[in-house]
Amino acid sequence: MTSMYAILAVILFTIGLIGFLIRRNALVIFMCVELMLNAANLLFVAFSSHYGILDGQMAAFFVMVVAAAEVVIGLSIIVMISRARRSTSVDDEILLKG
Amino acid sequence: MTPDFITPVLDYLLLAPFLIVLGAACVGILVEAFVPRGGRFYTQVVVSVLGLVSALGVILWRWGSDGQGLIDPWKDNIVTGTLIIDGPAQVFWTIIFGFGLIAVISFAERRVHAGATAFTPTAAAIPGSKAESEAAQAGLIHSEIFPLALFSMAGMAMLVSANDLLMLFLGLEILSLPLYVMVGMSRHRRLVSQEAALKYFLLGAAASAIFLFGVAFLFGYSGSFAYDRLVETITFTSGGEGLLLGGIGLIGVGLLFKIGAVPFHSWVPDVYQGAPTPVTAFMSICTKAAAVGGFLRLFYVALGGFRWTWQPIFAGVAILTIFVGAIIAINQKDIKRVLAYSAITHAGFILVPLVGASTMDTGLIDGQAGSVASIMFYLVAYGFAAIGAFSIVSLVRKQGHEITDLSAWAGVGKRNPFVSVLFVIFLLSMAGIPLTAGFVGKFAAFAAAWQGGFAWLALAAILGAIIAVYIYIRVIQVMFFTEPDEGADEVELAVPGVATWIVLTVCMLGTIGLGLVPGPLLELLQNASAFIIPAK
Repeated sequence: MTSMYAILAVILFTIGLIGFLIRRNALVIFMCVELMLNAANLLFVAFSSHYGILDGQMAAFFVMVVAAAEVVIGLSIIVMISRARRSTSVDDEILLKG
Repeated sequence: MTPDFITPVLDYLLLAPFLIVLGAACVGILVEAFVPRGGRFYTQVVVSVLGLVSALGVILWRWGSDGQGLIDPWKDNIVTGTLIIDGPAQVFWTIIFGFGLIAVISFAERRVHAGATAFTPTAAAIPGSKAESEAAQAGLIHSEIFPLALFSMAGMAMLVSANDLLMLFLGLEILSLPLYVMVGMSRHRRLVSQEAALKYFLLGAAASAIFLFGVAFLFGYSGSFAYDRLVETITFTSGGEGLLLGGIGLIGVGLLFKIGAVPFHSWVPDVYQGAPTPVTAFMSICTKAAAVGGFLRLFYVALGGFRWTWQPIFAGVAILTIFVGAIIAINQKDIKRVLAYSAITHAGFILVPLVGASTMDTGLIDGQAGSVASIMFYLVAYGFAAIGAFSIVSLVRKQGHEITDLSAWAGVGKRNPFVSVLFVIFLLSMAGIPLTAGFVGKFAAFAAAWQGGFAWLALAAILGAIIAVYIYIRVIQVMFFTEPDEGADEVELAVPGVATWIVLTVCMLGTIGLGLVPGPLLELLQNASAFIIPAK
């Protein structure tokens, strides 16, 4: 049973990673990262129940807190950018290159 | 049956440096809330400097007494401590807090910026808007940068002493989150700074997610987050190699990203260029030291039994990092990007002794410079040179704005010989020219790899170091031997204030002092370089 959850987690993670690589809107990229974090959470909980211990479930809570903190900072950076540039596309006006 | 709750046993004295820094950061937030605006800036400087100095004081005072102690926060029969404070952890704490202190002092520089700081008056205002210019006229200052830096340093301290995969992840996040904000707070060229923050954030968040997925794999492999269970499982169990390999790969990606190694280096030049220069200085040494520290403990202590698999991979990464960094740096037109690519090259040089570890608990053969000691020395040497160099970059100005375009730097050295000679000393130390700290660091690092059986890697690294010398020679040549173009006369070195003078003096003394007399520090690091492997 655990392997099914593991496969689901890997599929979710892969979707997130592919989305991270191909999407062009900063918000959507960020959502893909959140999907990757949640895939890891699913894996934690699945392994936790496989081994009959609580460590993995505890880890899932830690990850949720970290993800929430990341949302706060990420959204504020994205809002800052979108107010300054009227766009959240990561392809617009690249100033840093060389 | 519910298990009995076992009261954790905490050695607060050992934990004190970490708790002091975290406490100072919290005090900083309260200062922001309660101290009137006029006195806030200096209160923040005093709080953070006091916090870091007392944290360093506690470490140095405990040094040698029984600095080899072990703490068990969740002490029971199954799990040992999640934080270990052993010799290497103490050294890395000293490096992080010490260079953090120097960087925080450079945050406080105001004379160069005509009374303001290097940070934006109000980060919330749209660049170029009325709100922004009003805030600048009113003389507003973002003093939040100090608590942010302290929080970041607390995360770094956690990362280097983590003995548990979950703790490692939390340390990595606590380190990163404040940095994302700090990168976006530049006073001038705010759009660039914001873009750097966005890039760093998106790539950093993805790297953390990949890292976390690797942690989940290793958790599935060993059924625990603790390093010692991982060691046990690797030693005594067969099967599940897929989970182990996948986990190592994914965790490796996350940590190599923070170190700035190729192929996960693409954020480094953009972020180094866009971030406020003092923040770049802070990142270049402290983040790198923390990531290397966490990397060392994870791969030596927890995954040491699996080293035949990861050594060749990281050897390849090291070579790639050195050469890609060195070759791309040659073609850069912006001084901060040049230094950023040089930082990538240095990440490669640090990976060389890491791979060539001779024994896994200490990376040490009796009586010889071990991997861990040489990496720590290399970081110290690089830290002095990097912070010093970036402080001078922030002095080169045109009409009050920092100018980092290398072509505008033509002839700066001839007009301002004294400060420019300091810059040359820092560059030569990065290049590894004898009589500077950088030379000793490179020598120790390559010797460690050679003794560890990776002679070919050491030879390749020496070749890379020779190519890298050209990066620095080119900058020196532009500064001293190139005539400025028409109208380039306005580029001047600002007169440094007290803060910058302190930073420059310390960095110069460190660079030259360690170059002339490296023995005592090398010996000290060698004695402190044994990782504690928690006994069952």
